[in-house]
Amino acid sequence: MSDSSAPATSGSAAHDPNGAPGAALTTADGVPLKQSLNRAIRRSRIKALLLVAPLLVFIGLAFVMPIFDMLSRSVDNPEVSTYLPRTSEVLVDWDGEGLPEEAAYAALAQDLAAGLKARNLGRVASRLNYEKSGMRSLFMKSARRAGRMEAPYKAALIKADEDWEDPDIWRLIKRESSPLTASYYLAAVDRQFSPTGEIVEKPEYLQIHVSLFIRTFWMSAAITGLCLLLAYPVAWLLATLPASRGNLLMILVLLPFWTSLLVRTTTWIAILQQQGVLNDMLVGVGILAEEARIQMIYNKTGTIIAMTHILLPFMILPLYSVMKTIPPSYMHAARSLGAGPITAFRRVYFPQTLPGIGAGSILVFILSIGYYITPALVGGQSGRFITNFIAYHMQTSLNWGLAAAIGSILLVVVSGSGIGCSACCAR
Amino acid sequence: MFCVLCALIFLFLIGPILVIIPLSFNAEPYFTFSEKMLSLDPDGYSLRWYQEFFTSDEWMRSIKNSIIVAVCATVLATVLGTLAALGLSSRFMPFRNTIMAILISPMIVPLIISAAAMFFFFSKLGLTQTYLGVILAHTALGIPFVVITVTATLSGFDHSLTRAAHSLGASPSRTFFRIILPLVTPGVVSGALFAFITSFDEVVVVLFIAGPAQTTIPIQMWSGIREEISPTILAVATLLVLVSILLLTTLELIRRRNERLRGLTPS
Repeated sequence: MSDSSAPATSGSAAHDPNGAPGAALTTADGVPLKQSLNRAIRRSRIKALLLVAPLLVFIGLAFVMPIFDMLSRSVDNPEVSTYLPRTSEVLVDWDGEGLPEEAAYAALAQDLAAGLKARNLGRVASRLNYEKSGMRSLFMKSARRAGRMEAPYKAALIKADEDWEDPDIWRLIKRESSPLTASYYLAAVDRQFSPTGEIVEKPEYLQIHVSLFIRTFWMSAAITGLCLLLAYPVAWLLATLPASRGNLLMILVLLPFWTSLLVRTTTWIAILQQQGVLNDMLVGVGILAEEARIQMIYNKTGTIIAMTHILLPFMILPLYSVMKTIPPSYMHAARSLGAGPITAFRRVYFPQTLPGIGAGSILVFILSIGYYITPALVGGQSGRFITNFIAYHMQTSLNWGLAAAIGSILLVVVSGSGIGCSACCAR
Repeated sequence: MFCVLCALIFLFLIGPILVIIPLSFNAEPYFTFSEKMLSLDPDGYSLRWYQEFFTSDEWMRSIKNSIIVAVCATVLATVLGTLAALGLSSRFMPFRNTIMAILISPMIVPLIISAAAMFFFFSKLGLTQTYLGVILAHTALGIPFVVITVTATLSGFDHSLTRAAHSLGASPSRTFFRIILPLVTPGVVSGALFAFITSFDEVVVVLFIAGPAQTTIPIQMWSGIREEISPTILAVATLLVLVSILLLTTLELIRRRNERLRGLTPS
C-alpha cells in the first residue's frame, strides 16, 4: 500500500535532465537513487512496524508479561527474607550444625514481635507451613509471647515452644530465606527437601501430582488415539465425496465445532448419567435391568467420551485438508499396477496422509492435556486432570506458587511437543 | 459396511446436539425423555424452561454481561488486529515470523495457563473482579483469530489495485476507505465473529478473573451444572446452538461472497 513512492521516484530519475551520463542515478532533487530508495524502504518498514506496534504492546502487557510473571512466581520466594529480615541476615553465617547462637534467637524474637504488630507474620507462617506442617501454629504461638520476652532469648523461645530446640526448623528457615526457591517445583513433582537439604520423595499419602500428570498424559493419548480412529474414515469420506454432498456433511462436523464447549459437555451429562437418555434406552430395550444402570459419567469413561466428542473436529479438519490434496489418480495407478486395496492403501495412500495425522494428533494432544472445563464437570474423582489441580491450588489451597509451578511445567510440555512436532513436520 | 461406520461417527458428532433440543422442551424437571414425550403427547412438552430462563434476573444479567464483554473485546481485538495485519502483510515488515508467533501465542497456550497467569498478574494491578480485566483478557484471546483471518485475506490481496488508485490521484486515506477496506472487510468481519464467539463461549479465564458482578452466560451455566442441574440449562444450550448455527451460516455467506468478489477481480 505504501510501496508506490519508490517506483515513482525511480521513474523521475530516469528522465532527470541534470543527471550526467555515467554518473550515479539521482532523483529530481539531486539525491542519489540508491539513497532515496533506501529511505523509501526504511519509511515503509517504520510504517509497518507502527501498524503492528499497538497490538504488540497490548499482547506484551496483557499476555506475555502475565506468562513471565507466572514463570517467575514459580521460583519467587520473598516471604522469609522480607518478613523475617533480621533472622535471615543472622542465619547467613550459620553453618547449619546444631542450634544457632543466641543472636539468631534474639533476631527471631524481634522479627516475630514486629511481624505480629505489622500483621504480615501470617504470610511467612503460611509459606513455611507449605514446607512443614505445624509451622504456622508454631509461629503464631511464639509471636504472641515474643513481645514480652527478655534475654536470653534462646531460653525464652524454647520455653515458649520446645520446637525451637529442633535444628531442622532452623535449617528450614535458613533454606527458605534465599530469594529463589525450587521447593514449588519439587512439590509439583511430589518431592521435598529433607531436613538436611537433600531432595526426597514426599510420604506416600501426600503424593498426588505425579500420578495426575501420568493420568493426564495417558488419557490425552487415549483421547488422541480415539479421535484419530474416528476421524480418519470420516475425513476420507469428506475428501472423496463430490463437493455438493461433501459440503453438506461438512456441516455435521462444523456445527459441533462451533457449538459452545459447555453446551456439548452438558449434552453428555444429559445422555450418560444414570437416569439419562442412554441408560433409559438400554433399559427400555431390555439390554439392562433397571437396577443395573451403568455409571458412565463422573469417571474416566465420561471424560474420555466427552473429550473425544469435543476434540474430534480438531482431528477431522487437518486430516481432511491433507486428504483433499491427494489426487485420486495415485490410488487408481496403484490398483492398476496390481496392488490389492489394502496394499494400495498401506503403501500409497496412508503415507501421504501422515502430515495430517501428525498435525491433528499433536493438536488434539496439546488441547487435551490443557483441558480444564470438561474433566472438571464430568470427570468426577477418577477422571480429573492436572489442570484441575492448578485451579485447586489457585482457588482453594491458595498456594499460588505451586499453581504457578504446575502451570509452568505444563507450559513447557505443551510448547515442547508443539515445537518438536513442527520441526518434524517441516522435515 | 464403511458407510454404516461413517454414519455412526456422524451420529456421534451431531447426535448429542440433536438430543438436547427436544429435551429442553421437557415438561418435567428431568434430563431424560418422559413417557409422554416419547408418545408425542403435547402435555409432555412445554416452554417452562424457556420461560424460566427469560424471567430469571440472574440469567438476564449474565446475558447482559456476556454481550458487554464480548462486544468490547471484539471491537478492541478487531481494531488492533486489523491494523497489525495490515503491517504484517507489508513486504518490508521486519521480524515477521517472530512477531506473528508472539501475536498468536494466546491461541496456543492452554487456557488454564493463560487464566492462571492473567489472574496472578491482574490481581497485582487490581484488575481482577472488574469488567476491564475480563475485557482485556478476552481481547488478548480473540486477537489471534483476527490476525490470522485478516492476514490470510490480505495475502490474496492484489497490491497493484492500491498502486492504480494512487496513480489515478486518490489520497492514501481515500485509497484505504474506497479500495482496501471493501476488499478486506469480509476477512475483518470473519475475524471479528471468531473473536466474538471466543469471548462469548470462554469459561476458564472468566472463572478466575471475573467477580460475581461480571458473571457471564458460560459462568452461569458452569455453576448451574455444578450445583443444581435444572433443564433451564438445556434451554440455554438450545439457544446457544441456534446462535452457533446463525454464526456458521453468516461465515459461510461471507466466504461465498468473498469468493465471488475474488472471482471478479482479475489477479
